[in-house]
Amino acid sequence: MQRMKHNIYIYILVMAVTTYLIRMIPLVFTKKEITNPFIRSFLYYVPYACLAAMTFPAIIDSTSSRISAVVGFAVALIAAYREKSLLTVALFACGAVFIVERLFVFL
Amino acid sequence: MNKKQSFKQGVQDGIPIALGYFAVSFTFGMMSVSDGLTAGQAALISLTNLTSAGQFAGLDIIVMSGSYVEMMLTQLVINLRYCLMSFSLSQKLVRNEPWGHRYLVAYGVTDEIFGVSAARGGKISAFYSYGAMSVAVPGWVLGTLVGAVCGNILPALLVSALSIAIYGMFLAVIIPPAKKDKAVMCVVIASMVISSVFSIVPLLKSVSSGFVIIITTVLVSSAAAYLAPVKEDGEEGAADEA
Repeated sequence: MQRMKHNIYIYILVMAVTTYLIRMIPLVFTKKEITNPFIRSFLYYVPYACLAAMTFPAIIDSTSSRISAVVGFAVALIAAYREKSLLTVALFACGAVFIVERLFVFL
Repeated sequence: MNKKQSFKQGVQDGIPIALGYFAVSFTFGMMSVSDGLTAGQAALISLTNLTSAGQFAGLDIIVMSGSYVEMMLTQLVINLRYCLMSFSLSQKLVRNEPWGHRYLVAYGVTDEIFGVSAARGGKISAFYSYGAMSVAVPGWVLGTLVGAVCGNILPALLVSALSIAIYGMFLAVIIPPAKKDKAVMCVVIASMVISSVFSIVPLLKSVSSGFVIIITTVLVSSAAAYLAPVKEDGEEGAADEA
């Protein structure tokens, strides 16, 4: 407990301001509609690349066992492929993980 | 679409986000308290930062009594991906709403809210974002509080299961468009492969997860923009849903 050297509220302020500025500057200061076809295409692909990179491989270490995570991943993939809603896909993945881990308890 | 409808849609899409947030922020609350913070401080961090990886890293720095500069740089590196998201979102927001809305929308640029916004066809209103925030932010903050106050009550099995929710949501955002557009499919696969390479190859393993996301996103999106430029159809107002 020797955190007292620094003030916790200043830490929180530094964190919050830094994070907000990163989010705010591009949103507020990109005033013009971008017409350059390359940049437009780039920005069109950004969400898919970004979300895919965040999902895999992180998803396989997200739960308490890799097997349950892999099953959850597979179930989510199938549900997403069938174009279920966000909530449905999320719940299916959670349910699969829960069931697999429950089974482990009995093995 | 009017403000009310946009807001309602945002609320709808925000529900699964809130669910996933609850599980992650629950863990954050639990950890904060075991690291010596009060429940109120943990909740304050969640409310003002609204970011998962950044908060966990921030907590580490607080516990290790790092410098303020270190705190700033860490947040910058881990959260720099929001810069790309905001840039992408700057083109996606309708242009006929007062510009001031963007200062508020910026607060809610998280991986998940960005994800659902990107999944909406055509332009979106700031009110869509507010709708999503109105459920996601309470989910994040309440999860932190509950985790901090009664971290030992919720069974570990349930917390583990909820932890995958956010990834399930991401898949629900990216897979359907990937089915319809081959270029998007290639982008998704390539990004997963590259980020996996970063987690396996010894030297690359030391790159922080925030940077891995930025490098992968920039690399893959530029390649895709070069190889498969998007054909524009309509301008403002034209919904580009199939």
